[in-house]
Order: sequence, then C-alpha cells, then structure tokens
Amino acid sequence: MSTFLGMPSLPVYGTGNLFASESFPTAAHRELGNAQLRANLGHATHTIRDKRLKMVAELPDWEQLRDAGSAIKESVMARLPELLEQFEENFTARGGVIHWARDADEANAIVAGLVRDTGETEVVKVKSMATQEIGLNEYLEEQGITAFETDLAELIVQLDHDKPSHILVPAIHKNRTEIRDIFLREMPGADPQLTDDPAVLAMAARAHLRRKFLSAKVAVSGANFALADSGTLAVVESEGNGRMCLTLPETLITVMGVEKLLPTWQDLEVFMQLLPRSSTGERMNPYTSLWTGVTEGDGPQNMHLVLLDNGRSAALADEMGRSALHCIRCSACMNVCPVYERTGGHAYGSTYPGPIGAILSPLMTGIQAEENNSLPYASSLCGACYDACPVKINIPDILVHLRSVDVDSKRGKKKLPSQMDAGMKAASWALSSGKRLGLIEKGLPLGRLVAGPDQKITKLPGIAAGWTQSRDIPAPPQESFRSWWAKEHRKPDTSSAPEPSHEKKDQP
Amino acid sequence: MSAREEILGRIRTALKDNPEAPQIPRQYRQTSPLDESALIELLVDRLVDYKAQVSVVDAAGVPARIAELLAGAHSYVVPTGIDAGWLTGLDQGSGDSRRRLDSTAAPLSVAELDGIDAVVTGSAVAVAETGTIILDGSPNQGRRAISLVPDHHICVVKAADIAGILPEALRRIDGTRPLTMISGPSATSDIELERVEGVHGPRKLDVIIAR
Ligand code: SF4
Repeated sequence: MSTFLGMPSLPVYGTGNLFASESFPTAAHRELGNAQLRANLGHATHTIRDKRLKMVAELPDWEQLRDAGSAIKESVMARLPELLEQFEENFTARGGVIHWARDADEANAIVAGLVRDTGETEVVKVKSMATQEIGLNEYLEEQGITAFETDLAELIVQLDHDKPSHILVPAIHKNRTEIRDIFLREMPGADPQLTDDPAVLAMAARAHLRRKFLSAKVAVSGANFALADSGTLAVVESEGNGRMCLTLPETLITVMGVEKLLPTWQDLEVFMQLLPRSSTGERMNPYTSLWTGVTEGDGPQNMHLVLLDNGRSAALADEMGRSALHCIRCSACMNVCPVYERTGGHAYGSTYPGPIGAILSPLMTGIQAEENNSLPYASSLCGACYDACPVKINIPDILVHLRSVDVDSKRGKKKLPSQMDAGMKAASWALSSGKRLGLIEKGLPLGRLVAGPDQKITKLPGIAAGWTQSRDIPAPPQESFRSWWAKEHRKPDTSSAPEPSHEKKDQP
Repeated sequence: MSAREEILGRIRTALKDNPEAPQIPRQYRQTSPLDESALIELLVDRLVDYKAQVSVVDAAGVPARIAELLAGAHSYVVPTGIDAGWLTGLDQGSGDSRRRLDSTAAPLSVAELDGIDAVVTGSAVAVAETGTIILDGSPNQGRRAISLVPDHHICVVKAADIAGILPEALRRIDGTRPLTMISGPSATSDIELERVEGVHGPRKLDVIIAR
C-alpha cells in the first residue's frame, strides 16, 4: 500500500457499537430460545407491517417518490464533499458551530468537552442512532455526566439497563407487562398501582421526565436530515420529547453522520413523505422540528453540530456497498425480515440490526472485524427488505457482494486451505466424472445408518454443521436417482423391473 | 491534519471512481386538484383520525369558538402578534385577566409557561393529505416554547392556508425559520406499537378551521 502526504489511505474503519461480539448463528441460537421475545416481536412486526402497507397504498405516487428518494441519495453520495462544505458554510453563517469527528472516540470527547464547558453535569437526550453507535451515554457517564434518554422506548431500555433491539422502537422486544414491571422497579416514585395499559405507562413516563425537560440546560440530539442549501437540521419524532430537547435548553449538541445530507429544501418534500409512512406507518409523524442555526429569542442560543465519519467513508469506498449509506433509518426492512422477526435485534450485536445492519455494520467496520463477517449470512435473500425500502437500497445484492468479500478476505488470510476449500475441491473432483460420482453414491445407505430409526440427520460434522444447526436433513435414499434411473431404463431384455412402490415406501 | 481535512480527504479518496450524480426524477405529484371545501373536508378527516378535536367555523365565528374552548382554563398564553380579532370579547371586563402575552422581546420563563393551562396560536400552512399543521414562528404563532409547554394547544388554521399535499405546503414557507410540523397531539407507539395520544407535547390539540 502506498500513501502519500495529504491523501488519507483508505479505508479507515469505524469504532464504537458496530460489532457483533459473537457470530450471528451463535447469538441467534440463544435469542431463539426466548419464546416471550419471539412472541413480542412477531406481534409488533406484524402490526407495523400492516400499517405500513395501508399507508403506502394510499399514495398513488409511492414508486415515483421512491425513485426520487433513491436518486437524491445517490446524488448526495456522489457530491458529498461539496455538499458538506456548503452545509458547513450555511450552518456556521447562522451562528452554529461545526465539529468534525473521525471516529467514535473523537465524537464522544467533543460532546463531553462541550457539556463540560457549560458547567452542567446532566443532559437530556433525544433518541439518536448516531449517539448509540458511538456509545455516548456510557462515555459521558465515565466523565461524570448523566445522560437522560427521553424517548419512551429509550427510557424503558435505559431503566432496564438493556440494549435497544430495534432502531425505531428500541423496546420492541418487551411487552406491556414487562414494561410495567421495569417502571415499578426502576422509576423513583412510580405509583405502585401502575397498570400495564400503554396509556397509563405513557403518563408515568411524562410525569417522570417533565421536571427534567423544564430544567435542562443542555440537550443532545441526532438529526434525520440536514439541508445543504440552507444549513437546516430536522428531527422527526412522535412524543414531543424531541421538541422539548430542541426548544427549551440553552445549549443543543447534535451528532450526525456525514451521510445525512440532502442537497436542497425541495428534497425534504420527498423524504417527509417517504419516512413516516415507512417507519411508523403513519401519514405523518406527530412532530417534526426544523431549525437553521440560532434564532434569536427562540430556542437554544448555543448550537453545535458534530459531523461524524466513523467508518462512513469506508462504506463509501465500497462501490457496490456505498448505497447502504442511503439509509434513512425507517426500519421497514427489519419489520418485514423473516430472520429479524425470529431472532430480534440483539443477535446482530451492532447498533444497526436487521437487513440494513447486516450490510452497514461490516461495511463500516471492515468485514474482518470481530464477528461481523457472519452478518451478511443472516439472511435468506428473500428480497422483502428491498421491496420495503423507501430509498430502494438493494440489500440482497449487497449481502451477496459482502459474502464474496468475506470469502476472498479469508482466502487471503489463511495459508492452509480451509474446510470449505477442501470441500469444494472434493466436490469438483466428484462431480466432474460420472464414474466417480457413482462410486460415492454407493455410500448412500451408510447415511441411513447414521440417520438412525427416525431417519433424520441432526448433526453434520465440520463446516457442514452450520447446515444442521437450524434444520434436520432427511436420511439419504437407499440408492441415488442416477442408479434408479439406470435400472428403470435398462433395455427390456435385461430388465428385472423394480416395483415402483418399493422405493416410495421408504422415502421420508 | 485537522479532522475536517482528514474526513473530507477520506471521502474524496472513497469517491475516486468519480460516481456520477444522477438527474432527480420528480414524477411524483406536485399539486393536488382539490378545491377549498374538499381540502377542508380532507384535513378534518385526517386530524380527527389523529384524535385532534376539530371545528370548522366562519372567520367571524373564531372568537366565540376560542372562548368556548378556553372556558375551563385558568390561564392561557398568546403570542403578541396574534390576530387581534380572534380574542374579541374574551375576558373583557374581568379585572384579573387569564391572558398572558409572550414575545421574543418579552418571553415568559419555562416555569411560567408550565403554570399556564392553554395556548392559542395561528399557523403558517396546513397539509390536508397528511393532517399536518406547520408553525413557522411568525408573530401570530410565537416562540416554539409557548405551543409546547402548556397542555392544551388551540390552533387556528385559515382555509386559504390549507395546501393539498406536502410539496405544495413546503413551497409556501421559508425553511430557515424555526419550524414545527404538527400532526395531531403528541403520541407514542413505543409499547407494543399501540398508538397512545398525549405524551410530552400538548395532550390536547384543538384545531379551528376558519372559512
Ligand atoms: S435500509 Fe431502507 S428500509 Fe431499511 S431502515 Fe434503511 S431506509 Fe429503511
């Protein structure tokens, strides 16, 4: 690799909460054992799926909006340096201050420094994927700063010392009774008579957070969109906790990935039609706030924005994978994913779960990082995610691409041939000659012995174990199709015709 | 090298294949064919669906409707630039006025706002198709805090300000103003994806559509 001064060598990968600490199959296996989790997830994903379909069907121009959304994002990626500079100029001109962060550590340090400058030790937070990704809350805690999550679901997760499992509804894995129990256990002054009615639980959260909102001096937020031509930021939300955080404090610190830009004000009309219908399945979310730098006398007077790379430039460098950066975090892909529906979000390890996480995490960290190379296999490639995606990210294609990157990177890493290489060699030897194949097929009845009386093989050895981890395979037939065919089609004079029912009876 | 230079450098290197920025196909709807009465009907339908309370009145009927809605309130706040006619007759003659005024020049504190029952504002533009009302901080809408902290928001929408679809509405406003798009009272779907109205924002939203 050659590096010359002034030109950073690529890719520079991201850090923070982007890693699967164990392989997806291992994690999925554990999560699948949790029947309550699966029931909660199944109920929730199906509810939201139906709502989304209904809302999408209402718009006669849904496909045209998707086409526009996809093209706008593609254009953003192609013009990213120019748009970032334009945004910076506009945001700064209106009194905002921009900070650039190469990775999670740098972003965390910037935010902590800004909070320290205000003299405060508490901040209120609006739900934000970027701050989850960099592990901001944990870092602030180490620095003696307490961050209060104010989104109801984030609050539930924070009170339970748990991790979010969904990017839109982070507590999707918990049902109302579990949430009531968490409130009773962790919320100071919670009414012991608290019921598990969602309306009652929401009121408990309101009472719990109200004083915090009214007294907070510093807020930390993410941003859904940033408009380059005006320097405007947007936060899309439901509960009003976002408005509280964006309006009442004196200082607002926003953390945003560099890919969130949109070129112009006009582009907002596309994304504000695509996002609410795709995410919560509503015509429009209850509240959206837009602000352009500082407005005198209205809202925070100290406005900071941390622009985060943390592996986004690495994802951008992958020509086939870069469209993963088009993602607007609507979560439609996870709600329709048959794998996510069963395993839940925790199995993916990273902040970004589901189909988008399976491509985004390894793109941002490099395929060889920790167990992230197992993520592109966490899919049946059914394509439901692609159909649901409002910006038309071809997730299945990128999954396949990353699988090949994974295989290539392993080949480069290992001197000894892997089991897979050996297996493939053996297969090519066997399949290239009918005689060899015939010889091997003679071994089929042996397989029936392995299968035992129930005629099922539940565990294969070595690399093939992956196949039997989640399914049994039926015992092989007594003879191969090729030998049966040969017998069946022997010339009549030499034939001793087999009884057709004979084979059938033994088939599982 | 500064983080800024380094990140921009990384991005430029990542784009060394010079991907082309595509033309943006904008074949989606830009206008809606609805007339005023159809727009009002659609907006009402959407707002009711979000559990907002809606009334449609003639312009002259606005003050009476506001008075009715404020009947139970001990106090209410209005921005100084509120349309004077809307409050005609309200609290006239009573010595201890329930009315509080707010402006950027003389803002109420957050604690004061927390003690106020209701807020009355105008609006910049509304979107019939999505049931959305947009506030842009103009003098008749005031600072963002006043329409947020009190628990009951009474919002007047003039019929002429109703657009059919979002693109039409966004063309009518200045994106650099502090904007709040409101579609119903605050709500959450965080518990089992069941929508519950009324969390941190005003739990009650009353919309008065003035013909
Ligand atoms: S990949 Fe597409 S569907 Fe999935 S969260 Fe992102 S925008 Fe939504």
